[in-house]
Amino acid sequence: MSDRVALGIDRIKCDGHGVCADLVPEIIELDDWGYPIIRAGAIPASVLPHARRAISGCPTLALRLQALNARR
Amino acid sequence: MSIALLAGPPPAQGMERRAEHQHRLGALPLRQPSLIDSIERSGLRGKGGAGFPVATKWRSVASQRAGTPVVLANGGEGEPLSRKDRMLMEQRPHLVIDGAVLAADTVGADEIVLYVGADHTGAIQAMLRALSERPATERARLRLVSAPVRYVSGEETAAVHFINAGIALPTSIPPRPFERGIDGRPTLVQNVETLAHVALIARFGDEWFRSLGAGTASGSTLVTVGGAVPQTVLIEIPQGLALSEAVNAAGGITSDSDAVLLGGYFGGWVESTTAWGLPLDADSLRQLGYSLGCGVIAVLPSGRCGVVETARILAYLAHESARQCGPCTFGLRAISAAAGRVAGLTATHGDLEHIQRWAGLLKGRGACRHPDGAAGLLASALRVFADEFMIHYDHRRCSITNVAAAAS
Amino acid sequence: MSNQLLWYTTRGAGAVSLVLLSAVVVLGLLARMRFETHGWPRFLSAAVHGDLALMTLVFLLLHIVTAVVDPFTHLGLVAALVPFGSYYRTFWLGLGTIAFELLIAIVVTSLLRRHIGARVWRAIHWLAYASWPVAVLHGIGTGTDKTALWMIVIDVVCVAAVAGALIWRLYAAPADPLADERRVAAERASFGTGR
Repeated sequence: MSDRVALGIDRIKCDGHGVCADLVPEIIELDDWGYPIIRAGAIPASVLPHARRAISGCPTLALRLQALNARR
Repeated sequence: MSIALLAGPPPAQGMERRAEHQHRLGALPLRQPSLIDSIERSGLRGKGGAGFPVATKWRSVASQRAGTPVVLANGGEGEPLSRKDRMLMEQRPHLVIDGAVLAADTVGADEIVLYVGADHTGAIQAMLRALSERPATERARLRLVSAPVRYVSGEETAAVHFINAGIALPTSIPPRPFERGIDGRPTLVQNVETLAHVALIARFGDEWFRSLGAGTASGSTLVTVGGAVPQTVLIEIPQGLALSEAVNAAGGITSDSDAVLLGGYFGGWVESTTAWGLPLDADSLRQLGYSLGCGVIAVLPSGRCGVVETARILAYLAHESARQCGPCTFGLRAISAAAGRVAGLTATHGDLEHIQRWAGLLKGRGACRHPDGAAGLLASALRVFADEFMIHYDHRRCSITNVAAAAS
Repeated sequence: MSNQLLWYTTRGAGAVSLVLLSAVVVLGLLARMRFETHGWPRFLSAAVHGDLALMTLVFLLLHIVTAVVDPFTHLGLVAALVPFGSYYRTFWLGLGTIAFELLIAIVVTSLLRRHIGARVWRAIHWLAYASWPVAVLHGIGTGTDKTALWMIVIDVVCVAAVAGALIWRLYAAPADPLADERRVAAERASFGTGR
């Protein structure tokens, strides 16, 4: 049974740099104003390393891993 | 109609003083070991708009290990159509303070903050006078804080942030206030009406509270009725009462009406034919897909266009955004601009499609629920006023006010 | 002969460090300004910035170690680690030591960014704006090749690149679209004097 984690985001820290959408486009795309739309649900295992890169690459450290269905 | 909270001296006599309050209701029953259980049996839910079960919230705070809890009695009332919190504090401040003291007693808090909007001077005066009438042991733990009145300033993290940092804007969660709030301590943020209900449940019991409701609903609730009624009034109703009955109690409608705004700007439009029969009970409404929110009922008068009113509300919500999150700041601004154009009969091609697409990008993409509320209001408007939106957009005409755009 | 090698390595590594550090600063500014083109996605600026910073440290260590180990320079570890701790060109060498230690702080905190949080990290990262000019002055003040044409050209190009990027940063519109909005909203939600 694999760990099921999701991508959480602090919407106040997020400044719309868009680095995350570059690094893990499988689950993040940008809206009309450059802010991330994160696909809901567990991060697919194949994409997890890229998600980790996106988390450490975020200039404002707005992204984090969280348990699936964590209360926002 | 004054069942429980508003029972007692009529509002014309101003606030109820402590002597009369004690005489009418008896002493405050402190140190009840099973108050939380009683509240749970009563079915009391928060009256701030979210409707969260009160007993659950108190247990969450009481079980935190990180510091002594604080109670924040939330009378911020940022919703412009709502009057209940300020008027309750003006008329029955001791009920509110009783509830806050009971809450502090139960969860082990040593500090109580009474959070009131700075513009609500009547409420502030009444609460301050009531504070001066409380025993010294309570006064030592109580303080009143007045905050700027903005739409989001009553949000629980915004209230906490104002106490901590002087700015009434929401903060990101986690942590929620019940975990870490004022000074990093577990904070119980509870609406003032909820606390007033607690003050009565503690005296008269959960069965008494349940019996106040109509049908299977429990308890009473405060609603602000406005719009096509003789004047905006605050009334207390049994939960489960039909909306039409509540409007009748408020004086009845003064014109025909096609739609009702239920729950305030955070709620949504309902076509009147459906609205009249809705039971004003938070649980039932939620199951039906509506929301009682903070108890606002605004009846759209005939001659007022739902598209125009919606555009006005959206402009207000966009203006009141805390501007901390991109999707809310820019999404609401774009939606409001496009809706304004549609309402003003100057829509450009694609405006309606853009509105719908942008509305889909609001839910869950802010730190607080402000964009979600706006999205909900907009969705209800697009449904209830679907025809009128099309007439405004396609034909540049308002069929309600009979205004047509100048031919271009 | 080997002393010559050490000596040339010191000077060469120093020059390379300066070039790399200048590139690091420019890339950091590009990242800050959210620079991107079709062939250069946004994440590259910060990613290459970080990689080049590590490479700078490597060449810097080479520069310092060869200088200290070289018997003809009479520089000890003290000179390398304590600012203004050397008797040789005390001031200009000391600047180099300072620049080195600032860079260590910046790199270490960046590697541990997730553990110290964005705010602390950003405060220390501002030291970068101090470390680069200090490094340039160190080179101009104590560099053996400071009058050589090739070194002067390198200096001019590095300074021009960093100056150009800095000017862009100072005079272009804020890259964060919410920069002004946040201030307005915070003012409206407070009574102006804070707590």
